[in-house]
Amino acid sequence: MAKSIDVSDLDIYYGDFLAVQGVNMTIKARSVTAFIGPSGCGKSTVLRSLNRMHEVIPGARVEGKVVVDGQSLYGAGVDPVAVRRQIGMVFQRPNPFPTMSIYDNVLAGNKLNAKRMKKSEADSIVERSLKGANLWNEVKDRLNKPGMSLSGGQQQRLCIARAIAVEPQVLLMDEPCSALDPISTAAIEDLIHELKSDYTIVIVTHNMQQAARVSDDTGFFNLKATGEPGHLVEFNPTSKMFTQPDEESTEAYISGRFG
Amino acid sequence: MSSTITPPGPRADRDSMPLTNPQLPALAPWLAGVIAFGLAALTGLLLGWGWVGTAVLGWLLLLVVLPVWSLLVEGERRAKDRFVTTLVWSAFGLAMIPLVALIYQVVSKGAAVLSAEFLTYSMRGILGEGGGIYHALIGTFIVTTCATIMSVPIGVMAAIYLVEYGKGKKLARWITFLVDVMTGIPSIVAGLFAFALFTLIFGPAIRFGFGGAVALSVLMIPIVVRATEEMLKLVPDELREASYALGVPKWRTIVKVVLPTALGGIVTGVTLAIARVAGETAPLLIIAGTTTSTNFNPFEGRMMTLPVFIYSSVTTGGKYAAENEARAWGAALVLVAIVMILNLVARVIGRVFAPKTGR
Repeated sequence: MAKSIDVSDLDIYYGDFLAVQGVNMTIKARSVTAFIGPSGCGKSTVLRSLNRMHEVIPGARVEGKVVVDGQSLYGAGVDPVAVRRQIGMVFQRPNPFPTMSIYDNVLAGNKLNAKRMKKSEADSIVERSLKGANLWNEVKDRLNKPGMSLSGGQQQRLCIARAIAVEPQVLLMDEPCSALDPISTAAIEDLIHELKSDYTIVIVTHNMQQAARVSDDTGFFNLKATGEPGHLVEFNPTSKMFTQPDEESTEAYISGRFG
Repeated sequence: MSSTITPPGPRADRDSMPLTNPQLPALAPWLAGVIAFGLAALTGLLLGWGWVGTAVLGWLLLLVVLPVWSLLVEGERRAKDRFVTTLVWSAFGLAMIPLVALIYQVVSKGAAVLSAEFLTYSMRGILGEGGGIYHALIGTFIVTTCATIMSVPIGVMAAIYLVEYGKGKKLARWITFLVDVMTGIPSIVAGLFAFALFTLIFGPAIRFGFGGAVALSVLMIPIVVRATEEMLKLVPDELREASYALGVPKWRTIVKVVLPTALGGIVTGVTLAIARVAGETAPLLIIAGTTTSTNFNPFEGRMMTLPVFIYSSVTTGGKYAAENEARAWGAALVLVAIVMILNLVARVIGRVFAPKTGR
């Protein structure tokens, strides 16, 4: 499991509007890569283009190459559904399926795809995924309660459990902690550390300390100017990024002197 | 720009902080009402007015008495509030009058006829007393069921296309426009459409229950499309994205995530649409026709329905006009009861299928 991702000359459009321009980077396997930058600079857009979720928005399209394990995601004949099975995603706001129980939410990826499995197999997937998401002890006695009955932090961990239940190669996280309190955030950061050994993780965050805590590599995105497309300013190991960044503007942003 | 703004010094009245104000007692509106309508009744009796004039005078007096009293005790703002509150309550009361009057009328005139015989006998061979609406009940049930079976799949799928596939496309905009137009089609035109259609196919003077079902589904489809469309739009995009991100294809996302989430609203909308078309008269009069005997086959022979039964009972006239009219009121009561029950069922279903929060 776990693959690296090579992005080259990626341009992302919403209709005619060029949102992000000329992104080049290599995301290493079995590591955590963080995207930071001001709001509206295209971090989430780049993240969504890594598992072809970008094109779900009408009129949205992508030019350039995203290569995972030697295969181009945007090549001819690539099935976006197959891509998303290999590259899972966790969203900013927890979004468990409201019609399903906790148990069914974890199995959603399997059940919605009508995969047949034995009860024991299903039980073991649920237990493994919930343990992987650090949620098992809190919910093991009420697996049949609705997923929406959990608190926000628990719902987010449920969504992570749901994402890892289908055993993807890569896990994309779009500001997974922005709606959570510090304790739930710490739980999820611990979880990211544990998941790193099995998954390639890409996380978008507004929290610089979080990027510094959890990530191995960091990409800093910014707008060239208001109304201009966003671009990748700098991509470096996190330790270098937060001590001696290559770019002036990175240092300004990280140290809070951002104008 | 050199002048500086001096902050206002402490005002003399800053020391006191009045939070209380004189207020009318809680019963004030009722008291004012008693006074106003008492005065009006007195005047009406003295001048020999009818009760309508008295009520209007009482209402006008109330509009004066309560605000003036409030103005004297509570001040201007409260007086305005009392005045407008009285107007709003009056409007509510006015709106309730036709509803209550209608229900009273239907129940008082229809309850007398209701009996086991009325609900279980048809009108076959009956001229004067006796007989019932069994044939019309069966007809309404069959015609409405057929219409529902035809309209719900078409309507729901059209709504799925509009929301999930057609967003921003020209075809979708046209369909939306046409659905809006269809919502406004007079029901008699739908009846004529079905009549013309089946005349073309089966020859002249064709009358059968299924034709009525087709006419009703012409009326029902736009309602179902609209209700379903609104419900599907309410399903947050995050749920669709969550499903896509798990590698679930679009059609499975729609069938297993979007539809179940919106199910409560869709079922409610469908039930209300049924209630709406169950009372249609004009199209059924044209294409389903009238009969006195029970017909279980929608594809063969005329079929009576409740609204048409009411219409024909009232318009028959002749020697047994009184008995016919009594039966019409009975049928009206049954029809109103059916519509009311359908509305209640819609509410219950909406609550049962609503996504559970477990809190």
